[in-house]
Amino acid sequence: MIAEMELPVLNRRLFTAIVVILTFLASSGASASAQEQSIVVASTTSTRDSGLFDHILPLFTTRTGIEVRVVAQGTGQALDAGRRGDADVVFVHAREQEEKFVEQGFGVKRFDVMYNDFVLIGPKGDPAGIKGSPDIALALTSIQRKKAAFVSRGDKSGTHIAELGLWKAAGVDIAAVREPWYKEIGQGMGAALNTASAMDAYVLSDRATWLAFKNRGELEIVVEGDKRLFNQYGVILVNPARHPSVKAEPGQRFIDWLISPEGQQAIGEYNIDGQQLFFPNAEQKRS
Amino acid sequence: MSEGLNAWQLIASGDATLISIVRLSLTITLAAVAVAAVVGLPLGALLALTRFPGRSALVVLVNGFMGLPPVVVGLTVYLLLSRSGPLGAFGLLFTPAAMVIAQALLVLPIIAALTRQTIEDLWREYRDELTAMGVGPPGRVATLLWDSRFSLITAMLAGFGRAAAEVGTVMIVGGNIEGFTRTMTTTIALETSKGDLPLAMGLGAILIGLILAINAAAWGLRVWSEQRVA
Repeated sequence: MIAEMELPVLNRRLFTAIVVILTFLASSGASASAQEQSIVVASTTSTRDSGLFDHILPLFTTRTGIEVRVVAQGTGQALDAGRRGDADVVFVHAREQEEKFVEQGFGVKRFDVMYNDFVLIGPKGDPAGIKGSPDIALALTSIQRKKAAFVSRGDKSGTHIAELGLWKAAGVDIAAVREPWYKEIGQGMGAALNTASAMDAYVLSDRATWLAFKNRGELEIVVEGDKRLFNQYGVILVNPARHPSVKAEPGQRFIDWLISPEGQQAIGEYNIDGQQLFFPNAEQKRS
Repeated sequence: MSEGLNAWQLIASGDATLISIVRLSLTITLAAVAVAAVVGLPLGALLALTRFPGRSALVVLVNGFMGLPPVVVGLTVYLLLSRSGPLGAFGLLFTPAAMVIAQALLVLPIIAALTRQTIEDLWREYRDELTAMGVGPPGRVATLLWDSRFSLITAMLAGFGRAAAEVGTVMIVGGNIEGFTRTMTTTIALETSKGDLPLAMGLGAILIGLILAINAAAWGLRVWSEQRVA
């Protein structure tokens, strides 16, 4: 079945295919450069999964015409994206690390934006007997003593760092605990909640993700309100002196908007079933 | 994606977000398969028809790379395209172009390896005739590729299946940005992490349906063109 007549047909088709592909690639490149007014914000899963960005970003884009592309990662990963110059703005919640990020010259300046709080989630059966405890440290000690199942993010996220701090406050050397009740899963908040739901385990969550989470099973809030559960969010422009590709002007406009009265109001207005998720607390400039 | 809706309601209402996600998934996957085919088909044919030192090692390498771990490909492309990486100046990280590149790398070994096997088998059958007719190497490659086109479609479908079902690489290099780099698979992963398992499952069913539809279309094309040839 060797027909030499068919060869030109093949060549023409190959040629057409190549032209089509090149056109596609060229046009995708062109459309990328046409959207000059967009910034990449490396943020945390809590701000995305809680629905906050879906609420506030359209307001900002309408006002400024700047499209905000959110890459939601753990705080550790988000700061790393900033260090590599792969984001224009980082919007995370681990103050010490944020300050280090600025000190090392990766960020320009850190601004407080808002806070919410962490809550300890656990099964309704409450095997550690800590429900309603006002003291998170005592509650964790009790979990450790009873060897009740506990799911840890284990991913260097803001929540994971906060969790490690709380174990320390409870006087438990959690790094030394190599027992099956303490499960480090190395995944995001949602995955950790899914795991805890499946295993009836305790887990530390930010309140916003918990409120927006749907697969709760037997889980409920067991400890809340301790002031050590405070969770502050900050925003930082990645240093353009370090990475010239950083879109400093639109990035700074986003930060300015977040901490402006208008942005702060938008954050405060966001709620799920009437429950406010984030509390704006940016320092207002006196003009 | 709208709150409180299940996947079927989203389809029925022609949800604009869902449609744009499906369109992005298909565009990226098809572009990746096209790029991989343009490189992989000639590469596979060359591997089948030429003999050189180290060829066996290369064949084993290409075959082995059919099982490249997506997360490793994703991480490699991430580091290459990162602003701090060697190709950072192009600013491709967290764009659909980065996703096409990563998926093309995943699909390329599949198309190249299956093409090599197909062409090698066909070459045994054609060798004497083509040699007698004095057809040169470029003509041989073209003839063999053309005459095995139906098998090669299957090779490309295998590559398509791999790319369409994949979540690790596109999540890493695309960033799962809403309305820009969010695909079917990353949406499913996201809805799972939000604990909306019914919606995630429904989207999974849509994805499987799409993959079946593409395969059915390819099958139909094959039957149709075989009838024309016969």
